[in-house]
Amino acid sequence: MRGNAHKYGKNVDTDVIIPGKYCNIIDAAELGKHALEGLDAEYTSRMKTGDIIVADTNFGCGSSREVAPIAIKGSGTSAVIAKSFARIFYRNALNIGLPIFEAPEAVDGIESGDEIEIDPPSGTIRNLTKGTSYKSAAFPPFMQSLIEAGGLQPYVEKRLAERAKV
Amino acid sequence: MGMTLTEKILARHAGLDRVEPGQIINAKVDLVLANELSAAVAIGVMRNIKGADRVFDNEKIALVEDHFVPAKDAQSAKLAKLMKDFAGEQNIKHFFDVGRGGIEHVVLPEEGLVAPGELIVGGDSHTCTYGAFGAFATGMGSTDIAAAFVLGEVWLRVPPSIKIVYNGTPGEMVFAKDIMLKTVGTLGIDGATYRAIEYHGTTVDDLSITGRITMANMAIEAGAKNGIFHADEKTIAYVKERTNRDFLVERADADAMYERIVEIDVASLEPQVACPHTPDNVHPISEVTNETIPVDQVFIGSCTNGYIEDLRIVAKILDGKRISPNLRVIVNPGSQKVWMQAAQEGILTILASAGCVVNTPGCGACFGGHMGTLGDGERCISTTNRNYVGRMGSPKAEVYLGSPATCAASALTGVITDPRTLAAVGV
Repeated sequence: MRGNAHKYGKNVDTDVIIPGKYCNIIDAAELGKHALEGLDAEYTSRMKTGDIIVADTNFGCGSSREVAPIAIKGSGTSAVIAKSFARIFYRNALNIGLPIFEAPEAVDGIESGDEIEIDPPSGTIRNLTKGTSYKSAAFPPFMQSLIEAGGLQPYVEKRLAERAKV
Repeated sequence: MGMTLTEKILARHAGLDRVEPGQIINAKVDLVLANELSAAVAIGVMRNIKGADRVFDNEKIALVEDHFVPAKDAQSAKLAKLMKDFAGEQNIKHFFDVGRGGIEHVVLPEEGLVAPGELIVGGDSHTCTYGAFGAFATGMGSTDIAAAFVLGEVWLRVPPSIKIVYNGTPGEMVFAKDIMLKTVGTLGIDGATYRAIEYHGTTVDDLSITGRITMANMAIEAGAKNGIFHADEKTIAYVKERTNRDFLVERADADAMYERIVEIDVASLEPQVACPHTPDNVHPISEVTNETIPVDQVFIGSCTNGYIEDLRIVAKILDGKRISPNLRVIVNPGSQKVWMQAAQEGILTILASAGCVVNTPGCGACFGGHMGTLGDGERCISTTNRNYVGRMGSPKAEVYLGSPATCAASALTGVITDPRTLAAVGV
């Protein structure tokens, strides 16, 4: 996972990640054309596939719209690094397979335009421009097991299979 | 060590004697909610789950058409139809189409689908509204909702609880909305992230069910997972009028552990306004009205303040008056039932005579969907719950949040107005 950083502030809410008027779209690529439109209307024209969003605390606060992480993923953004995430966004991102990393020190050590490399299994975030390296917070064990199982869908299938056996 | 109200409900639904904050549990759900936007995505996810042909219980799912309806365009109509077809295919008992429902969070309590002690998850962040009834209720995204549709259970991390104690009698023109704006301003928009809010104190004991709904609704504005009141005689009477279902009224233990206890003195509180562009940018109205702030639109409605009690306040203020010629006022009764009640009480005529437009129930204007979208440079004062950049339309618009009384007062003068000064303007 490698790309240039686009850095934003605190409380990037779901209304600016994908404005309400686009919430009747379900196609990820179409949603991706409007990612972050309320915050930075040029984001999608400036970013390149694989780029990384870097933000301060409480990223994704506000509504439960799952199209928020879907839009970010659909834009070609490879990951979001933030000091912290809002609760519903956090679940949604994991559920739809948008890689997210909680790493306050990395956020402080990254500027817009820096080239960033992330190694998801170890949670290592490298700032190739500045030559620095950081570690993201580990996911709680249950969430790690969900991620390893491939997300919520395989988990549900496993639960259903267990029930069928009883 | 005792348990908080949230912990008790979660423990019972997980089949455990007790739970601790931080613990991951699998909890059975009593109701799963979705609207046409969250359902459309959830249905797509469910179709991809192997072995998931049927929902877990066709009587424990509520599907409400409310965000882009009556359909704004063909794409919105497609989503509404997708949910309607799914409701038919799965024989969903609680499906509410246009004209038979309204805003999901207004409809579910009205229909007796929410009771104390229940565990409700919904594909909408304001699902936390049902905490007003002593239920654990939380918003989730569509994939989690699809899982709940199929399994009838969800995984949850038990949240630590913040106890907020409200004391004092609200002053003139101070309502539940003002008390909750003050709360969000005090906690901050991430002040309760991953946490439960438990509302306590004599002030909330005295509040009506509608007042508690307004407060529970905005728990998410402080980032909370849920916000919960203890059910009392008022709650039980309200619920028993609407359902014969058995339910369990529980109380937090006297020795429950709270992460924080916050006290809010309501007696000294003025009407409050959240200024652009976050719901925690809250100021007493006297500070806000220090400068003259003209508005282009007043919006009355939403799952926060679209109830009959709210419309009565607005009608009382606007009765026999005309709104300022410089603005428009859009009123959305929260549900078909609220709309009909308002019609019977003559409220709709009062509002229309004053120059307001009365819309069909729905979420449209609140989230910048349709029927009240703001343009560049426009300013709105609204009874809704969020005022983020672009929330009600253009990212170059401004949204202020206030109570129905503050919004109605502002409708008369054309500028943000302290409702306590209404006598001075002849009300």
